[in-house]
Amino acid sequence: MNLHMPVPDIEERTLAIVNALKGLEGPLLPILHEIQAEFDFVPEDCLPVIARELNLSRAEVHGVVTFYHDYRRHPAGRHVLKLCRAEACQSMGGDALAEKVKALLGIDFHETTGDGAVTLEPVYCLGLCSTAPSAMLDGEVHGRLDDDAIAELVSEARR
Amino acid sequence: MSLVPEIDYGTPASLSEKMVTLTIDGREITVPEGTSIMRASMEAGIQVPKLCATDMVDAFGSCRLCLVEIEGRNGTPASCTTPVAAGLKVHTQTSRLKDIRKGVMELYISDHPLDCLTCAANGDCELQDMAGAVGLRDVRYGYEGDNHVKARDNGETNTRWMPKDESNPYFTYDPSKCIVCSRCVRACEEVQGTFALTIEGRGFDSRVSPGMHENFLSSECVSCGACVQACPTATLTEKSVIEIGQPEHSVVTTCAYCGVGCSFKAEMRGEELVRMVPWKDGKANRGHSCVKGRFAYGYSTHRQRILNPMIREKVSDPWREVTWEEAYAHVASEFRRIQYQYGRDAVGGITSSRCTNEETYLVQKLVRAGFGNNNVDTCARVCHSPTGYGLGQTFGTSAGTQDFDSVEHSDVVVIIGANPTDGHPVFGSRLKKRLRQGAKLIVIDPRRTDIVRSPHIEAAYHLPLKPGTNVAVMTALAHVIVTEGLFDEAFIRERCDWSEFEDWAAFVADENHSPEAVEKYTGVKPEDLRSAARLFAAGGNGAIYYGLGVTEHSQGSTTVIAIANLAMATGNIGRPGVGVNPLRGQNNVQGSCDMGSFPHELPGYRHVSDDATRDTFEKMWGVKLSDEPGLRIPNMLDAAVDGTFKGLYVQGEDILQSDPDTKHVAAGLAAMECVVVQDLFLNETANYAHVFLPGSTFLEKDGTFTNAERRINRVRKVMTPRNGYGDWEVTQKLAQAMGLDWNYSHPSEIMDEIAATTPSFALVSYDYLDKMGSVQWPCNEKTPLGSPIMHIDGFVRGKGKFIRTEYVATDEKTGPRFPLLLTTGRILSQYNVGAQTRRTENVVWHEEDRLEIHPHDAENRGIHDGDWIRLASRSGDTTLRALITDRVAPGVVYTTFHHPTTQANVITTDFSDWATNCPEYKVTAVQVSPSNGPSEWQMEYDEQARQSRRITAKLEAAE
Repeated sequence: MNLHMPVPDIEERTLAIVNALKGLEGPLLPILHEIQAEFDFVPEDCLPVIARELNLSRAEVHGVVTFYHDYRRHPAGRHVLKLCRAEACQSMGGDALAEKVKALLGIDFHETTGDGAVTLEPVYCLGLCSTAPSAMLDGEVHGRLDDDAIAELVSEARR
Repeated sequence: MSLVPEIDYGTPASLSEKMVTLTIDGREITVPEGTSIMRASMEAGIQVPKLCATDMVDAFGSCRLCLVEIEGRNGTPASCTTPVAAGLKVHTQTSRLKDIRKGVMELYISDHPLDCLTCAANGDCELQDMAGAVGLRDVRYGYEGDNHVKARDNGETNTRWMPKDESNPYFTYDPSKCIVCSRCVRACEEVQGTFALTIEGRGFDSRVSPGMHENFLSSECVSCGACVQACPTATLTEKSVIEIGQPEHSVVTTCAYCGVGCSFKAEMRGEELVRMVPWKDGKANRGHSCVKGRFAYGYSTHRQRILNPMIREKVSDPWREVTWEEAYAHVASEFRRIQYQYGRDAVGGITSSRCTNEETYLVQKLVRAGFGNNNVDTCARVCHSPTGYGLGQTFGTSAGTQDFDSVEHSDVVVIIGANPTDGHPVFGSRLKKRLRQGAKLIVIDPRRTDIVRSPHIEAAYHLPLKPGTNVAVMTALAHVIVTEGLFDEAFIRERCDWSEFEDWAAFVADENHSPEAVEKYTGVKPEDLRSAARLFAAGGNGAIYYGLGVTEHSQGSTTVIAIANLAMATGNIGRPGVGVNPLRGQNNVQGSCDMGSFPHELPGYRHVSDDATRDTFEKMWGVKLSDEPGLRIPNMLDAAVDGTFKGLYVQGEDILQSDPDTKHVAAGLAAMECVVVQDLFLNETANYAHVFLPGSTFLEKDGTFTNAERRINRVRKVMTPRNGYGDWEVTQKLAQAMGLDWNYSHPSEIMDEIAATTPSFALVSYDYLDKMGSVQWPCNEKTPLGSPIMHIDGFVRGKGKFIRTEYVATDEKTGPRFPLLLTTGRILSQYNVGAQTRRTENVVWHEEDRLEIHPHDAENRGIHDGDWIRLASRSGDTTLRALITDRVAPGVVYTTFHHPTTQANVITTDFSDWATNCPEYKVTAVQVSPSNGPSEWQMEYDEQARQSRRITAKLEAAE
């Protein structure tokens, strides 16, 4: 994990990303995407650098980062499992599925397993209502999840 | 008495000239195109319920309370975001709307505490008002579910709840009361332009966040108060309101800090000031404020305020409290004795730029009519006297040409030697707003000030010149404009003297004045300078704003002339959006100059040698007036050291701290036999005084201040003077003690005398000001409504005068012993010598003066950030702590002068402007070296100050 990265290093790497993308129209979101790709999360120390370079206030950048759940404020586990918690999935047994997953992983939503393998997150609609309940593991979507399917998914994630 | 009513129209006014007629609730109303339905309704007297809308910010449409129905249109559009259209039939109250509004309010209240009775906003809460307006009677949701209202009763932690942020000294932020209407965020962005606030998170997690989830004090917040004013609930509340309660009456008055002259409502409970709220109809500030005017009034009740007159024989004695009568008699007899012994010219007076016009007028009248000489000067001597001279010579009046509204029409703004976001914050915010709309900015300043670059604004060009080379840079700008043919020939031929222009054009076109030639001493890149000149000449309406960075130089007057030349050459005079605008430092610098505070000028800038003018005053005052100009402040001090000047009456001015070369000032004061200081506090000058007369604050007297745009604003008394008398009364009593027959019963009578004797004030009276709100002089038969813009059809002097501006380097030069150039300035939270702001909570932002030094210069000298350093010049030395920053260029250091312990003016020299003696504060050759404590002078000074501030009790004195 990169929790203790030295600040100058963060600043330098952030600056490189900002400089590469700041010519875009509306560069803040692409920059934050790239930051997350670089560090696996959006370190707090990046924000003042981005603000300075784009001539925004720190508050504005903070407002954008915190608005989007997908910009992480802390590093995630090696795998990220997102369970759809929206209406269609809930009506197809999503609640029970969520309890099952929590039990299997031994964690609640927004938590990471002790071994750093899996982070569990709720997501509000993956757009897979027709195959509800559904989930996404590291960007790959899975539908029609029953007990077996979810157990397999979880064990895949734990590896 | 009651609160001054202010109507909130919900959305800003539309500037369109095309009118549209529509019907709202059966009433026909005609409004400018682009007006919102909400505003149109309010103008028709129909209040649409609203929470997120307020007319200081643009419509947002988030609260869903202001929905209306429009015949022929589907749905229920928000009235704040829906513009009017011809023939619309709008209904603001239908059963459908009532249901929607009640439902929305119920949801709001389901996540809001119900502690109305003990809430600080009780009586001033829009949420409460709206709950009443929509008839909310119960809330079905309960508080068991998600909420951010309280920390949970059952011991569990409620992660959505956040405690109060009390870090700002003047207001609190209580997130539990927030309804996330975003009014504060938008006020910070649109009105103040700081962008310190945001809404973090989303949904239930949405909270107002200063900076990056910081507290207010450590965020980018500048404490202007716009968010507090915008907040519809108790989320952002003045601590004074929490402590005292809601005000019961309010009075419109004028801020006593900088030259912007903001109008405020002093909201009172009895004689207790609850809060100062910027007044929307104030024409200088348009409802905005800064941390000083809004919050920093606590000095008026500070325990160090002196409330009784005091006398002492020698300055080494302790002070002795006496009665007012004793004090007046003592001063009168001392001044008479001195004049008898040393001659009529051995006494003089200094008027204050902080006092009212009326008070200033009385002091100069006392000197002229009572002392019988013209030895009167004012602190404008040390700030804007070159403005008076330069603009008087070129245009014919000693004042700025525009009103502050003018900036809304500017396309290119040049800022020279001014730091508006710190020194004139409300103007700074108005300028930033215009810049965000697309106007271009050119900054000419040795230091990278905040206006050069801060969120959402950036100067097109920053010309970081070496201190002291203003004239060279201005002339080089003119060189580019003339040689590239960018001047406005039609304007010049019509409005100026063409042959003078030709002479000037030939002068500036000389190759020696080209950007390339001057680079070697100005340090400004020629290509930047050329581009800036082209932008100014060809970029549309060009306005120049300048401050003390222009005037406080040995060539201050020359730079002012160069600025005027540039404005005339480009045709940027006489209409909105252009002009030459001095940003005045103090609240009434303009006024004190207007009132005849200079030794050579009677009120209205008329020379003392002018027989007709003298005749006017001689008839009015019944005395013979001297036609010889009197002594300026530096001359008074020189004469004192020489032994020919012995008595001085100083009203509201701290010359020992604010004037250059402190040691010389101290020596001059020490050589006098009777120094009378009239002030709120025992200021530094009072250390050398023999008589102390307690002063009154702007809250304690009636009068007028004249701001930088020549606007005469009323100052209104809201409480009894703690010292017993307004300053004008004290001067009057003093005059009476000296045998003068003065009988003013109210300051309005003084203004009547001013109007009767001074043509540019001819129509001004308190009644007229009450009627008009404020007026900008000249206000006479020709311009009965005042003059927002001057020189519209021609210059006051006739033809505009071009004058050559030869650059002459200052005698203050760097060398091996003093290799760095020191320049001085001010900071947002502090004001001038700090006598007022240091006695408020503003010190949390600036507790000491620091020396800004470039990392390169610091490294060379082994200085680290925060180290104590010794700052030495040819005049003296002092110590302060270093602040390492690249805001200043290598070779330049910078400090503020707000704290007396720093004694920055021990360092400054006695070089001054060639025309007006305005001191050269902005350039001093210095050396900086590591140090481990206060200098010898600082310790001596501290000891002297401590000794001289002793006061013995009244009883003791009687023994």
